Amino acid sequence: MRKKKNWLVTSLLIIGTLLIFFPLYLTINIALKTPGEMVKPLLSLPDEWRFQNFLDAIEMTNFFQALSNSFIVTFSVVVLTVLTNSLVSYAIARNMHKKFFKGLFYYFVSAMFVPFPIIMLPLVRQTAIAGMDNLIGLIFLYIVFQLSFNVFIYVGYIKSIPVALEEAAVMDGASSWKIFWKVIFPLLSPMNATVAILTALYAWNDFMLPLVILTDPEHATLPLVQYIFQSEFSTNYNLAFASYLLALLPMVIVYLIAQKWIISNVTRGAVK
Amino acid sequence: MTIPAVILFFIFHTFPLLQGIFYSFTNWRGYGDWDFIGLSNYVNVFKDMRALNAYGFTFQFAIVSTVLVNIFSLLIALGLNANIKFQKTLRAVYFLPNILSILIVGFIFQFIFTIFLPQFSDALGIQALATNILGSPDYAWVGVVIMAVWQATAFNTILYLAGLQTVPEDVYEAAAIDGASPWKRFWKITFPLIAPFFTINMVLALKTFLMVFDHIIALTGGGPGYATESISVLIYRGGFEGGQFGYQSANAVIYFIVIVALSIIQLRFLQKREVQQ
Repeated sequence: MRKKKNWLVTSLLIIGTLLIFFPLYLTINIALKTPGEMVKPLLSLPDEWRFQNFLDAIEMTNFFQALSNSFIVTFSVVVLTVLTNSLVSYAIARNMHKKFFKGLFYYFVSAMFVPFPIIMLPLVRQTAIAGMDNLIGLIFLYIVFQLSFNVFIYVGYIKSIPVALEEAAVMDGASSWKIFWKVIFPLLSPMNATVAILTALYAWNDFMLPLVILTDPEHATLPLVQYIFQSEFSTNYNLAFASYLLALLPMVIVYLIAQKWIISNVTRGAVK
Repeated sequence: MTIPAVILFFIFHTFPLLQGIFYSFTNWRGYGDWDFIGLSNYVNVFKDMRALNAYGFTFQFAIVSTVLVNIFSLLIALGLNANIKFQKTLRAVYFLPNILSILIVGFIFQFIFTIFLPQFSDALGIQALATNILGSPDYAWVGVVIMAVWQATAFNTILYLAGLQTVPEDVYEAAAIDGASPWKRFWKITFPLIAPFFTINMVLALKTFLMVFDHIIALTGGGPGYATESISVLIYRGGFEGGQFGYQSANAVIYFIVIVALSIIQLRFLQKREVQQ
């Protein structure tokens, strides 16, 4: 069955990718042009590749500062989220028969339906008073907020892991702390990878939380920098597009290297 | 480990939520003195044209985008799941938009709508496309839908693809022997088997689109006038820039109730459909 390659579907899908590549082609193209060339047809290639746009954009947006902020935030959030959220989920999953933990599960999961704007106004005041209107505060909030969704998917996964494995470890005299890190955590790898990918995409691309929480421009993350830049220098499209491209590139490079792994893990996360 | 997590979650999520509900009964501007004013904020939201307009726009946008995203992503997923050449590469390309920042994609689409399309259609002599749709109060929402669908289809495609991979191959073989047409095979076999994924995709997409924020900030800023101002943007603007802390808190509470109610109705309705299959 189904041995022949379906060329009709293949061609349709290839034509469809034009829709995805078109905005990206336009972005690269404009980022390389001079303002003078903007009056010519926009799809034509630049007469001469102007890399100066990138250098100017780097200087005007303080690109490397924003890049390192985004990197610090995303890296810390991913590592700490995987380590803490899995542990909390484990405790809940293995104690679901107790009323308290069952209640906790529903408490965390129901928070998924709370729209951010409802907590935004009080949260901003609260973080400002606590001196958390900086990168540390941002990292902290991402880890706490991610708990809702992660408890939901981790608990489902942990339930499918047989308890017998832990019972064997208990017989050998292992503490529950040790059981988690030596037995359970490695078994969670597929789910850890899924959580790590989704968390990384969220923390890297999020715009709303940095917008309302951060007060010092030095702390701005990449999306926030683009927003400030766009509102101040919107007239020079070449410079703006060079800046957008620089902001998109790090994630695109990571994606190009790890795309197979990323897609298979997100798919696997969805099945469970 | 659980106890600190609960405490932190309470302090940074539940406590602000309770505060928000508390402030919704006051006339607090975000600074200075305040009084309890009972339910008048709530009553006023329903009389406020700007707020009603935001709800209207958000629903219209969210429903249209949810339907379109699900149609496109299901079609693409079916294609990517078929026996095609370059399968891995094509999957990688179709997931690409999902890794890009919505804000920056929005800036790029803003350029496409305001500069590229008018210039392009001028050159081809097509009058219908020559005006910038983002500048039109009647059609600006279409521009937001196009950009949102472009960006969001990727993620739902992956979820459908995951669903399609759970469908066992031998079911198709049996159907082929019975002589079922591809169309019939899809509606009678594939779709019922991936129904839970359809439910999840519909609920997730609607919820995400009802919270639309980045798209609006990047594309239209809520304009022209207030034509594309979403509820999130209104709460942000009114709360931080307009000194309406208490009033917008009431709006946020209503928004919260609407999202929860819609999610529950949608889940009930779609899950009932699943069981019947």
